[in-house]
Amino acid sequence: MTATPLWAQLINLLAAVVLLLAFAMLAQRRVLTLIDLFAAQGLALASSTAIVAFATGQRHLYWSAGLTLILKVALLPWLLHRLIRKLDVRWDVEGLINIPMTMLIGIVLVVFAFNLALPISQLANTVTRATLGIAMASVMLSFLMMITRRKAIPQVIGFLSMENGLFFAATSATYGMPMVVELGIALDVLVGMLILGVFFFQIREQFDSLDLKHLERLKEEE
Amino acid sequence: MTATGILSQLLQLTVALLLAPLLVGWVNQCRAWLANKSAPSLFLPYRTIRKLFHKDAVVAENASAIFRLTPYIVFGAMALAAAIVPSLATDLPFAHAADAIALVGLFALARVFIALAAMDIGTAFGTMGARREMLVGFLAEPALLMVLFTASLLSGSTSLPTIVETLANRDIAIYPSLAFAGVAFTMVSLAENARIPIDNPATHLELTMIHEAMTLEYSARHLALIEWASALKLFNYSCIGLALFLPFGIAQGSSDWLAILGATPVLIAKLAVGGFALALIETLSAKLRIFRAPEFLGTAFLLAVLAMLVNMLLGS
Amino acid sequence: MIEILVILGFPVAGALVLAAVGHRDQASTVNVVVCLATFLSAVALTVRVISDGPLLVLDRLFFVDPFNVFLVALTAFVGFTTSIFSRPYMRIEREHGRLTHARLRLYHSMFQVFNFTMLLALLTNNMGILWVALEAATLATVLLVSLYRTPASLEAAWKYFILCGVGIAQALFGTILLYFAAEKLLGAGGGALLWTELNAVKGQLEPTVLSLAFVFLLVGYGTKVGLVPLHNWLPDAHAEGPTPVSAVLSGLLLNVALYAVVRCKVLVDGSLQTSFAKGLMMGFGMLSVVVAAFLLSRQKDIKRLFAYSSIEHMGIITFAFGMGGPIASFAGLLHMTVHSLTKSAIFFAVGHAAQKTGTQLMDGIRGLITISPAIGWGLVLGTLAILGMPPFGVFASEFLILTTAMREQPWATPLLLLSLGVAFAAVFSRVQPMAFGETTGKQLPHRPAMIPVFVHLAIVLMLGLWIPPFLADWYRQAAKLIG
Repeated sequence: MTATPLWAQLINLLAAVVLLLAFAMLAQRRVLTLIDLFAAQGLALASSTAIVAFATGQRHLYWSAGLTLILKVALLPWLLHRLIRKLDVRWDVEGLINIPMTMLIGIVLVVFAFNLALPISQLANTVTRATLGIAMASVMLSFLMMITRRKAIPQVIGFLSMENGLFFAATSATYGMPMVVELGIALDVLVGMLILGVFFFQIREQFDSLDLKHLERLKEEE
Repeated sequence: MTATGILSQLLQLTVALLLAPLLVGWVNQCRAWLANKSAPSLFLPYRTIRKLFHKDAVVAENASAIFRLTPYIVFGAMALAAAIVPSLATDLPFAHAADAIALVGLFALARVFIALAAMDIGTAFGTMGARREMLVGFLAEPALLMVLFTASLLSGSTSLPTIVETLANRDIAIYPSLAFAGVAFTMVSLAENARIPIDNPATHLELTMIHEAMTLEYSARHLALIEWASALKLFNYSCIGLALFLPFGIAQGSSDWLAILGATPVLIAKLAVGGFALALIETLSAKLRIFRAPEFLGTAFLLAVLAMLVNMLLGS
Repeated sequence: MIEILVILGFPVAGALVLAAVGHRDQASTVNVVVCLATFLSAVALTVRVISDGPLLVLDRLFFVDPFNVFLVALTAFVGFTTSIFSRPYMRIEREHGRLTHARLRLYHSMFQVFNFTMLLALLTNNMGILWVALEAATLATVLLVSLYRTPASLEAAWKYFILCGVGIAQALFGTILLYFAAEKLLGAGGGALLWTELNAVKGQLEPTVLSLAFVFLLVGYGTKVGLVPLHNWLPDAHAEGPTPVSAVLSGLLLNVALYAVVRCKVLVDGSLQTSFAKGLMMGFGMLSVVVAAFLLSRQKDIKRLFAYSSIEHMGIITFAFGMGGPIASFAGLLHMTVHSLTKSAIFFAVGHAAQKTGTQLMDGIRGLITISPAIGWGLVLGTLAILGMPPFGVFASEFLILTTAMREQPWATPLLLLSLGVAFAAVFSRVQPMAFGETTGKQLPHRPAMIPVFVHLAIVLMLGLWIPPFLADWYRQAAKLIG
């Protein structure tokens, strides 16, 4: 076996960690830990991007990594923590289906994502093309997390982690999008979070709870 | 079937049979140290087994042949497993009897017989223990299989000696799939060997027993064999883990008997460290509620599948 | 080029100003003035494009061709008329106590921000910026949907945010795949996301990647168009938000999202040379038409009724673009225009009707013509227009689509006819008692702003009878572009 260079091993390891964290978020019961897992995922992403930048000499990836670090590891988790403190919520996350079942469905989705990514990986010419499957898998897992959660904040974290996965996919397939687009996306995410924060207060004010079952009154037959 | 092969086989089997209770004693000692208690003697499990052999066996009236035969079957299965798993050398004549998958089957055989024997008498504890054991086994077995599959994928064969030889000769590198598989394997061995967080080996409370509930009815030589078999099971699992993830020091191919002899201290050292790690994990964790056990094992299964998938995708 | 900067600059300036003074009485007038300025600049731009041809300006960042120039004009126009409508409407809402000062500021500034994002999405050449603009449009309107803070509106806004957010994430992945395919040919850097560049090399883009990208883009942007089965957010968002927001959502956002889909379809068709994209669009379009038509009869809330009608019409347009060919694309573009105008007119009328009678449930609204003839007739005429009665413009476009379908996709014709018939029966049977019937409502003293309604309807009528040559020319050129 030819030895793969150290940076390739590290990238593979970080990719595996990202996938692991996506599953861990799926199985997590406590909201505070969920936010920390999300921050850890952002950290793994930023490190991976920085390593790719170092190994391939693409300077603009350093900026991407820095942006991810500031936004996803520092700013968004801080906002979420503040939100939780103000809303004073400490619940256990309830899911629509139990956790082992969720994980089994997650595995099926991962296999599906790997299959989907295979033809694209073969066409790519980046060093990180193998990790595209992992990126897609973490997108699907975040999607699953959004669908199976009853409370507002885990749904939002699922949404943000989906965006993490998409960013990872962009970095691994094409060394990232043009900077202007990435800045736009980052801005959207940030503004979205701020709007959500305001929104949570509105929901709380109205319902005295952030359980989403209150938000299911409008049905088809109205 | 070379001379060194037969020698290594016999040596490995003897070492396993002799050292297994010592491993249990060592783990108990470490647990006591970590809990700041004074430990029982390191050789206490030997004395327990010897004491039990001297007693008269008491068997319930309505016990069938299964009840009487099970201890022998279980002990035989564990001993055979000890002969198959490459702990000292990879040149094992018995290894052709079973590959990794059949090894899991051996463990399953033992589990089935113990569960049947537990239900044989018809007491409430026995049935309850059998039920819980099957629940744990139902999830633990696929996880173990997946871990072994990952190792097989990496080495291209399901025969344990081949796996060990391939893994021992790889470059030192970071293998995410092996990392995941390692964590999954640890979780599975904790479950299968009735350790915290799945089961407390020292408890006899109805609420919390799994393994102990199945062996409540046994006495004397039957109990001795079952206790020895449990120790052998722990030994086997440890050796499988060492063979898959830390295969250094195992005498490979048809090496001379010096290397085989030299592998023994290496094994003892590795087992000592492993035993201490086990005690550490047990001390730091709390026992899970029974209905959380499926989640724990589900996570293990998940990690093992992930290891396999990551291996297939990333090639490492 | 200056027109483009001005078109984009006015809404931004308006948003900033209105964020500060949005609660004063003159705020709505400021809103109207800014929208008028935007509209006039849009007119200037269209005049320029008519005379000079397509524009590619500012380092290829902005691109104006026949396809999007008329959409720009339409967006600016509908924005302008909606701002006129919103003046008395919001004043009445405030008198009824449903809005506070802070909310009015939010409303006015977000209205301008929404306009800005729509125009940016239409004018940009960069597919990435298109995505950013569409996402920003969702964000701008989320808080507007929940403006009234009722439980139902909060739920509607939450659904809107999550569903459109997830959808737009799929579209982001599609955009990434598009970039991935283009990067091989055009190199890294911003050039690979520019539509003009992509259009030039579309024959050489990798087909597998593009087909996968199109699926994601269709699902993603299609969520914002309201295609079934991704339409769940639409009826709620229309019903619970303030009426001007419903009008711009139906009239503008759906159109711009479909514009994004069609831009991608052009690329995919060029790359794949099969009817993969067309088939997908036809399928989704037809599904939307049928499902929406059959769900129409179950609605009790008038705004939800017309929201489903929007889904149905967007389905028809998608189907038309899916069929392709000069006539169908021409019809699709015409339908986009007239639907936008008619639907916003209907929503204006409905808004005032709901205000007069105090309820949005159709059973509670009766005899509008006696309460206020302007509202009543506006509603009736608008309904007739949207249901495809001649001589209104909707009839012309639907007729063209049906005849093309009969020629090229005969399987679709019975489904289309059936759905249109079902929709007609469902809607008209509801609107008729609302307009004519015995009334229990009071004659409220305020005068509704019905001028925008009748202006829209008049334009639609004109388009049904006679399409101005420059417009027809545009449509033809754009149809040729769409293929």
